[in-house]
Amino acid sequence: MNRFLQRSLLSGPPLLYLLVFFLLPTLIMVVVSFGWPGEQGGLAPLWLRDAQGFHLDLTLDNYADFVSTTLYLRLLAKSFWYAVLTTLICLVMAYPLAMLIAKSDKRHRNLMVLLVILPFWSNFLIRVYAWMIILGPQAGLSQALNGVLALFGWGPVSLLFSPFAVLVGLVYVHLPFMILPLYANLEKHDPGLMDAARDLGANRWQCFWRVTFPLSLPGVLAGSALVFIPALGAFAVPDILGGTGGIMIGNVIKMQFLEARDWPFGSTLSIVLTLFALGVTGIAAWLVRRRGGSYV
Amino acid sequence: MALLEIQNVTRRFGNFEAVHDVGLEVEAGEFFTLLGPSGCGKTTLLRMIAGFDAPDAGRIFLNGQDLVATPPEKRPLHTIFQNYALFPHLTVADNIAFPMRMAKLGERAIAEKVKQILDEVRLSEMGGRYPADLSGGQKQRVAIARALVDRPHLLLLDEPLAALDLKLREQMQIELINLQREVGITFIYVTHDQGEALALSHRIAVMDAGKVMQVGRPEDIYEFPANRFVADFIGVCNLLEASVTAAEPDALTLDIPPLGKVGAYSPQSLPVGRHGVLALRPEKVRIDSQIVAAPQENHFSGTVRALIYMGDITMYHVEITCDGASGLTIKALLPNSQARGASFFEVGDRVEIAWRYDAGRFVYE
Ligand SMILES: Nc1ncnc2c1ncn2[C@@H]1O[C@H](COP(=O)(O)OP(=O)(O)OP(=O)(O)O)[C@@H](O)[C@H]1O
Ligand SMILES: [Mg+2]
Repeated sequence: MNRFLQRSLLSGPPLLYLLVFFLLPTLIMVVVSFGWPGEQGGLAPLWLRDAQGFHLDLTLDNYADFVSTTLYLRLLAKSFWYAVLTTLICLVMAYPLAMLIAKSDKRHRNLMVLLVILPFWSNFLIRVYAWMIILGPQAGLSQALNGVLALFGWGPVSLLFSPFAVLVGLVYVHLPFMILPLYANLEKHDPGLMDAARDLGANRWQCFWRVTFPLSLPGVLAGSALVFIPALGAFAVPDILGGTGGIMIGNVIKMQFLEARDWPFGSTLSIVLTLFALGVTGIAAWLVRRRGGSYV
Repeated sequence: MALLEIQNVTRRFGNFEAVHDVGLEVEAGEFFTLLGPSGCGKTTLLRMIAGFDAPDAGRIFLNGQDLVATPPEKRPLHTIFQNYALFPHLTVADNIAFPMRMAKLGERAIAEKVKQILDEVRLSEMGGRYPADLSGGQKQRVAIARALVDRPHLLLLDEPLAALDLKLREQMQIELINLQREVGITFIYVTHDQGEALALSHRIAVMDAGKVMQVGRPEDIYEFPANRFVADFIGVCNLLEASVTAAEPDALTLDIPPLGKVGAYSPQSLPVGRHGVLALRPEKVRIDSQIVAAPQENHFSGTVRALIYMGDITMYHVEITCDGASGLTIKALLPNSQARGASFFEVGDRVEIAWRYDAGRFVYE
């Protein structure tokens, strides 16, 4: 009883917090996604009063709209590919870095981790706007690229307001979320296992693919989820760096809520996106677990 | 030609010499043990043989070939690490298959060999388990199976039994001896446990502070320690400060301060005045309430000052009284062979002790 009390006191408040600020809003969204938009925007009353009395006034129209409008499906697919690419690029860039940090001297590790999270000390939007300048037509990067292209009689191209800019922005914003879980995983690896692998005839390449990488799969999975899910729903980065052609599903959701003020349809898109993200990460986790055995 | 030759190997960490000018030869088929206190450089030496570390000076030959340029994965030897270093993400069978997969053997042959060695180490049922689900002794056997499955020329074992409890350790010692004899692979075994070293090895190298102090068969090391360190480190030993007063062929007369003249034996002739210690094993000291001294025996009387009862044996600390002077304590050991009752003597009993001249060994630096 005492232990039960202790446990509920410890885990009660965070559970309550999640219940009130996560589960409840999600449930509200689910309900709203079956509602009608209000006359002035927002949400129409969910209950209707007529001759038969009170009854619920819900609809599947929002979902039907989504499925029948190829624009939204295309945007979802596009967002999916952007998120996948972002995740892969982040993984490829973060892995060596995380390994470097994990293998360096204990005294330097904390400093290096600090450097990784240093960008968080300034505002997210400001950092994305900074990329607008870096990729802008006046900046050295564009000028140099267009200078080279001009030699071949091509160009000029714009780096800003392109899929390229969106990817650069997404990778930049999400990279630390890949590095940190990878580092946390790699740091725990027993260096004795590397010795054992080499002792048993593995060269460095085999050491990595046969031992280090499989052992790091939980970290890879965690980092990928932390990058993939927010990248899938990103709206600020494509807003700022993507230009008119660069919008993703997140932008549409934002528009539904803020500009079109069609809350039910915005909710529908959100729910679809959430289910989609859950599905993709679930399948990925399942695939990894099947290949990695019961260890992962 | 010896299988493994270590020539003048030195390894420094900064100013500190972890291994100093070590030379050793290990023959094929031998069970060779590196024995020494913690920090004496055993692991460092082993890591240089395995290739994880390189000597600052000296050379290591395997089958007559200098190993200096050979990376660890190319050396025809395996190591068993103190914590076993099993791959946690691989099953027992995949762990054992690892070296053969690295060698690109066919999966058919691999499966066959894995099954065979699992039978040999009595783990046939465990092939599908993960290391986390094994007991310490089972992990140990998996590590051994993994290291032996592709028949290396040499197996290095770094305190492989240190983590096991006493009963299991004794059982594994017997298994190791049998296994080594069956497979005929040379073992280099590291331990700081002198009992283990004596029980397992064909030959032992006793190390201290990075140096090899003595190499020899267990009985040589035990009976004829080459110096004070070895005498003290291996087993229990009376170490009596002594100097040579007369040296005839074979016979030696020592002066041991409160005792006076003591007869001893030395294979070499030594100069008079040479200072050293008489190393005398407690089990070679006779103890009784009355002893009739035989020729070629040292004979003293004293008082039991302490006794350590160890079940099968009792160690008596006897303070010698001689010409009224006293102070030197000699340890004597008796098996508790009487049918009932515990020790033969009590603290305070007057006893006599005696030992043959050739029971003690005079060692000097
Ligand atoms: N990489 C290293 N850097 C600095 N000093 C080291 C290093 N490796 C070992 N040493 C030192 O070298 C000495 C010998 O170490 P080693 O591990 O070989 O001892 P050991 O005989 O195996 O001891 P133990 O029985 O405790 O395992 C120790 O004093 C140790 O501190
Ligand atoms: Mg060691």
